[in-house]
Order: sequence, then structure tokens, then C-alpha cells
Amino acid sequence: MSTEDKANKISSEVQNQESNTPQKEPATPPPGVGAAGPITLFFIFGLAASLMLGWVVFPQLLYSQKEQPIQFNHVLHNELVDNGCESCHYFREDGTYSGVPKLAQCIDCHEEVQGESAEEEKFVTQYIQRDREVPWRVYSRQPDCVFFSHAAHVKMGKMDCVTCHGPMGESETLKGYEANRITGLSRDIWGRNIAGFKKNSWDRMKMDDCSECHQREDVNQNSVQTDKGGCFVCHK
Amino acid sequence: MKVDRRCFLSFAIGGAAGTALTPLPWKLIDDFAIWSQNWPWTPVPEKGETTYAKSTCTLCPGGCGINVRRVDDRVVKIEGLAGHPVNDGGVCLLGQSGTQLLYGPSRVQTPKKKVNGSWRNISWDDAIAEIVAKLSDLRAEGRSHSVACISDSDRGTVPGLWNRFLTVYGSPNFIRTPSIQDNYELVLYLTQGVRAMPGFDVLNCDYILSFGSGLIEGWQSPVYMFQGKSALVQNGGQLDQIEPRLSKTAAKSDRWIPANPGTEGALARAIAHVIISEELYSQDFVARFAAGFDEFKKLILEEFSPSAVSKMTGVDEDSIAALAREFSRAHKPLAICGRGAGRTPGSLQDFIAVHMLNALVGNLNRPGGLVAVPEPDYIDWPDVEMDAIASKGMQQPRIDGAGSTKYPHARYLLDRLAEVINDSQESPVQVLFLSNANPVYSMADTAAVIKALDKIPLVVSFSSYMDETAARADLILPNHIYLERYEDVPFARGFPQPIISLTQPVVAPLYNTRSVGDVIIQMAQNMGDPMAAAFAWDDYPTCLEETLGDKWDTLTEEGFWVEAGFSGTNWSEAFETDSSKFEFSNNDIKALPAYKPVLAPGDDSFYPLMLIPFDTMRLAGGYIGSPPFMVKALEDTVLKGNDVLVEINPATAKELELSDGKYATLTTPISSARVKVYLFDGIMPGVIAIPRGLGHTAYDKFLAGKGANYNALSAVVEDPATGWDAAWGIRAKLSRA
Repeated sequence: MSTEDKANKISSEVQNQESNTPQKEPATPPPGVGAAGPITLFFIFGLAASLMLGWVVFPQLLYSQKEQPIQFNHVLHNELVDNGCESCHYFREDGTYSGVPKLAQCIDCHEEVQGESAEEEKFVTQYIQRDREVPWRVYSRQPDCVFFSHAAHVKMGKMDCVTCHGPMGESETLKGYEANRITGLSRDIWGRNIAGFKKNSWDRMKMDDCSECHQREDVNQNSVQTDKGGCFVCHK
Repeated sequence: MKVDRRCFLSFAIGGAAGTALTPLPWKLIDDFAIWSQNWPWTPVPEKGETTYAKSTCTLCPGGCGINVRRVDDRVVKIEGLAGHPVNDGGVCLLGQSGTQLLYGPSRVQTPKKKVNGSWRNISWDDAIAEIVAKLSDLRAEGRSHSVACISDSDRGTVPGLWNRFLTVYGSPNFIRTPSIQDNYELVLYLTQGVRAMPGFDVLNCDYILSFGSGLIEGWQSPVYMFQGKSALVQNGGQLDQIEPRLSKTAAKSDRWIPANPGTEGALARAIAHVIISEELYSQDFVARFAAGFDEFKKLILEEFSPSAVSKMTGVDEDSIAALAREFSRAHKPLAICGRGAGRTPGSLQDFIAVHMLNALVGNLNRPGGLVAVPEPDYIDWPDVEMDAIASKGMQQPRIDGAGSTKYPHARYLLDRLAEVINDSQESPVQVLFLSNANPVYSMADTAAVIKALDKIPLVVSFSSYMDETAARADLILPNHIYLERYEDVPFARGFPQPIISLTQPVVAPLYNTRSVGDVIIQMAQNMGDPMAAAFAWDDYPTCLEETLGDKWDTLTEEGFWVEAGFSGTNWSEAFETDSSKFEFSNNDIKALPAYKPVLAPGDDSFYPLMLIPFDTMRLAGGYIGSPPFMVKALEDTVLKGNDVLVEINPATAKELELSDGKYATLTTPISSARVKVYLFDGIMPGVIAIPRGLGHTAYDKFLAGKGANYNALSAVVEDPATGWDAAWGIRAKLSRA
């Protein structure tokens, strides 16, 4: 018997069975319609699982949670200095920006432990006394392919620190640093919101956020160094 | 409910649809894009404060000022110091590569002692104590004169400290590594009666007649000479190059005259013949400021006619006459010699002949001429008190024979040292200090040098790198490299003005190293009086600051001190000979063995070719190994893979049935090497050439095992007048491998 014959035989048997079954009200779904239930259900399972994965699990997997080496109190220090942020985060004589302070700036006051803070003691004993720079994790570090000049924004564009960095100066402790496992950059670049939405100007610092402001403020659309336009303003 | 294949498909489709509604794919694409544009393994300079520090490069005797760019504590670039009289912002490839010498893998990081053939780290105190114990024993045995020191220079405070150390210890055996400076200094002494250094005012001359000197290949102060060559071109001047090979300098010259190697001295005399017979010389200078001219004239006219010399040199008579006329008719003609970068001394008679050309046209001690630059005289230390042992030791003859009746003119004879040691039952050198010297690599006949070194009971290297000699030493006391230490640079080789530059630390020492100056002072102090009394300084920087006195502030701020406006002493006061004139001939010159062309060692029937070395700015010489940046910059006509190419004229190659790019065995009477053939029209038939600076066996994987070392294939030809190595090449044969 060929395969085709077998199939015909089975088919005729099924028809016989059906004809043998007593006729009922059409309460039961017609043949084939009964499979739609599980299929829809599995579709919904798949959808729900992937939404869960994409919105909840993925961000947790993508970022590693790290603590800053020392819990620095900006409020405390801000009260003691005269010149606001620039007292410690200053511009060098050649116009370059110093960024996060080095040990040499701290050592004037912190050569010995001054207060009762455990963090200060840790700073003095583990870093100052051993002459080791503190490996601060920088929330705002952009990838190396991005050229950024603080002088252009702060000195020439007259922007304040808060616009990009948020109210950092009002923090009493340093928040955890979430490092992207692929790029190594801080979560603050993409933003806390995994969908990329932002409420404040400092919530996100992706390329779109830079260009949004550059376009709005109608700043020089050409690179100062190369006079090339477009990408070359930030990507040299 | 029946779970079948459709359910799984449905689940997958639902998952895909859901995923598209999450940030996951878009975020991953973005992150991978960032990652792929910023490979984490790509080195990126640290961000930080950019600062510049002025210092002086000591990688060659050129004395260039450098401006070192740092980001925080890290050196990221070395630039030439703008406004420095020697190099005015220029820097050579080696100078630029200095960062690799600082951070490279072949640094010796702590003092080391060889125990049963392998290195063990030891403390500075133990290392110094070990040397002091050995030195004390030798002194007690009355053998203080068996201590020797090889150094790259005999000027400045560190060589000064070595000399002082050996003097109070009781040994006359301070040895400077040989170079063309030996001959130039002797010629200035023989003809002008001055102990001075030659300076060449190439920026102001209008004609350069070069007897094989690599004006743009590292001769004298390389960057200064580069700028001189450029100035010559811009001023409409002329460069004529006499050389058997179309070197870079020859290629950039106005006229290239290939002469048989080793006959340059005769060619210079034939040029003098034309100048004298046609009365083209400076009548004023010869009449008023020169002596011995008649004897010189007689010798030249009798023995060096252009026709006779033409046969010897292979240069036709018309060319000789043309050279003579152009040279003497130029306003400021300058004749220079010393082959290539000038790393071997050469024949004294060649140097005398070329110097006489400058004298004939009176182009001495004036702008655009050859200037006798006075020796630096700022070292004014109190006299040493020598005890009986020291006095006795200092009266012993030098081990290398310099200054003896056989070699009265030589001050140092390093090339004889290996032979003297190998010929003795017990090594006459019991302790050898190596300060800025790598003789196992840089001296001819490597096998003989190694044999001699192995006979010396205690060899102490102060090398910052695991070089060939350090690898064979018993102790290594690593020096700070030049970017980590203070040191005075008392001259710039070939620069026509007295100049002092200062090497200053631009970074804190990376490793457990110490400056040689400090180690000498510590050794002397540990030896006790009278040695300690002669070294009363707290440390080397203090000694240096005291020594430089009122120049210190200028040096630390500017990086150099120069005697501005100096262009040589007036002729009426310049010559300190018996006649107070320039002496074309005198008793000392007459007593020298007569001129004979130097022959390449080897039997010409068995070794039909002549192998010559050439220098290139893309390879370091002396005791410095080329950093990877330089090796990578080498043309593939010099080094291909790990093979050195031997240049050969196509006609010669055809005779020998050698073809381009094929392996061959290069054999000299000393040794042999595997090379690749490179057919080159710019080399005389019968002559073959390989570069100097390859074939290292030590240092790191970036340098070791690349090419062949010319020195290992070559032999010393003792100059009969001085004892220095007069060799310009060696006989060789080339056969298919």
C-alpha cells in the first residue's frame, strides 16, 4: 500500500467516525477552531515573557551595581568653599578642565583625619597616607570617540553645571554607579529610564540630547578645530 | 490542552513581537555600536593635566633640547625644544621614540646579581657592598690598577666622577668608547695645538665636501646637521658626497662621487694638489697664520698627483680638479670626514688630509667654517688627596696601551682591550665598570669581546636595559633613564659653540633604579678615606648643582646655557702650537707613518667582495637599542621580516648568480650570517653593504633576532699612527643559501 493510499484510508476512516457520531447542537467549536485557544495563550505568554524580559530583567542584567570608593558629601564641602563647584572642579590655566579632584587638592585639609566620619578616615588612611589616587567612578564619562570641551560650554556657552550634571552639589552621599556591562559607561549616559525618556535636561546625555541643545541654541554647526560640519563637531 | 508545535511557534512569535516593544534590541544595538567604536583594548592616553618639561636628550651625543609632554605623571610625547641652539624644535626618530625606552619591557627594574648563570634580584646596599668588598681586596693586594671603566664620554660630571673615583682608587684605566671624535680631537691637537672639540658651522657655510660623512644619517649632532643641510639648500649652497654607496646623503647631494673605499685620504690630498698647484688656497692665511706649508706642499706635489690618485681611487682627474676648484672658489667651503654616523674612528691620515683642505682655504674658526670648540671647564672640584696605593696605581701603564710609546697619540684604546685580555693568562682587568656602554654589541669581532668579558672576574653594568653586555655581566646596577635623572650634557657633538645642556627628570623613576652618579658617590663613601673624602657630596644632584654654580638657574629654567656669539678664537690667538700658527707640518706629523690606503682585512682570493656598513636614522647606534617605533619604520629594502637585506650591484649579483630577494650566506673571515639579496644600482660593483644597528641578541622581542650585526662580522684594522680602528669594511663572500 502506498503512502497515498494509507492517507486516503485514514481520511475515509475519520469520515466514517464523524458520520457515526450522533449529531449535536453546535456548542462545541468546529474542528480546527479548538486549537486557537492554546495558540493564542502561548502567543500571550510569549508576549508577556518578552515584555517582562525587555523591561524588567534586561536592565538588571545590563548594568552592574558598583559603589563609589568613598561616600563624598558635596553639601558639607560646598559650605566650606567660596567659589561653588569651581572651587574644586576648576579650569586649568591652559583652559582645560580638571574634572574630578586629585589627591593633591584634598591633601591640604585632609592630611590628618579631621572629623568623626568613617568615610573621611577611610579616605585618609587608605588613600592620602598611601599616596594612592581615589578611583572615582565618573557618572558623566562619555566614550573616547566623543570630544567634549567644558570650556566651550561653561566659559563660552555660559551654561551652569546643573544643566548637564543635575543637582550634584546638593548630594550628601554618592549614588551607586551602574556600569553598562557592554560599554563600561555609566547608566546616567542612557538615563535611568530604560525607554530613554527624560524629565530633566540632565537625565540623559546621549548624542540626541547634545544635538537637541546644539540645534535649539543654534550654536556653531562646524568644528572649531577642523571647520568641518555635522558629526565633526563632537567626533574629531 | 494539547501543546504542539504550533504553540511553540506562537510563543516565539509572541516573544518576538513583545521584544520589539521593549528597549532591548535598540539598546543592545546602541551599546554594541559604542563598544565597537571604542575597543576596550585600544590604548587611549589618560585624561589629565597636560604639562611640558624641558630637558636634554642623551640617546646620542647630539645634545638636542627636548620638550616632554606629560599628561599628569605620564610621558606621552617627546618634542624638540623650540629655541634650543642645537635643534630648534627638531627631533629625530630615536628622540621621539624615547617614551618606548621609558615604558618598554626591556628595562632592568632592580639591581641584579648573576648566581649560577641566572639572575637574582638583590638590594642596592648588598650590590654596592659586594663591589666595595672586591675593590677593597684588590687595593689591599696592590692591584688597584686592574680596575677599569668604559664610558661613552669623558666630559661632564658623571665621567668626571668616574675619573675621580679611579684616580683616588689608583687606576688609570678610564676608557672612552671610540668614535671619529678621537681622530678629530687629535687632528686639532696636532695641527692647532689645542685640546678642543670640532664644531662645524653648517648653517652658514655654502659648500660642503663630504668624504663619506652621513650628513643626514646621524653624523655628529643629527638634527643640527639636518637643519644645516636644509640651510645649505635654501642658501643655494652645494653638497658633494664622496662615497662608494648611494647613501641618503649621497642621494640628496648635488654630486655623488663613488670612490674606492679606503682611498678617501688620497683623494683629499689630490684635491690639495690641485689647490696648491693652481694657487687657489688662501694666501693670507697660509702666509700669516700657518707654518710648515712648504714641507706640506712638497709632500703633496711629489706624491699625490691627480693622475696617480685617480688610479687608486677610481675618480677621474677632471673630477678631482673640478672638486678642488669648486671647493676653493666657494666663500665658505667646509670639508668633513668620518664615515656614516662616525661610529668607528677611521684613519688618522684621512682626517689630517681633510682638515688640511679646510686650512688651505682658511676656513677655520670663523662663521661657516670648522671651529675648535674649547673643552667645557666648569668642573672645578677640590684636588684629591691620593694615598700611596693610589699614586702607585696611577703610575702603572694603561691596560689598553693608550699613551704608551707604541700608541703615544691615543688617549683611549678600547678596541685593543679584548686582545690584551685574551692574550693574558689572567685577565689584567679584575673589575670592569660599564657606564653607558654595550661593547658586546658595538665592538668589532663579538666573539673575541665575549671571550675577554668572560675572563674578567667582576663585570658591573650600569645599563638601564638588559642589553648584550648587561646580559653577560655579573652585576647590573640599573641607572635611571635620561627621562628620570639629572645630568649635565657638556657639549653637542659637532655644534660650533660651547654649550651646556641639562637633562632633568620629567617623571619620577618608575623602578628601583639609581643614577650612576649617586652610586659612584656611595661606593666611594663606603670605601672610607681617602676615597670618601674626595666625594663629600650628599648625593649626585647636589654635586651637579654645586658644580654648575651660577649656571644652574639658567639651566633648570631654559634647559641650556650657550656662549652666544662665539664663532671661534681669532687666528692670531687660536693656535697653541710651538709656532703659534696653524701647522701644516711639524715634527709630530712628520713622525707619523706615511699615508697608505687602509685595506679591508681578509684574503681577496677567498673573499672577493668588500662588505661595508651603513648607518640610517631609523636605527639607533652606540649603547642604545632601537625602540620598536624605529624598527617598524625601517624600509623593507633594509629589513624584511627578520631578515636583513644585503645591498649588491646587479652586475656583481649576476656574476655570483644571485637573484633579488633570495637567501644568501654572507661570510667574512670573522663570522657568517644569513641574509637576503637586494639588488641595488647605488652601490659600486664588488662592494656589498648591510646596516649597522640590527642583529641584537638581547633587549626584547621587538629588537632581538632581527637581521645580522655588522660588528659581529667585522674585524679591527689597527691604524699604525694611533692604534684606533681604521677599518671601513671587511672582505666577504656571498653565496646562495
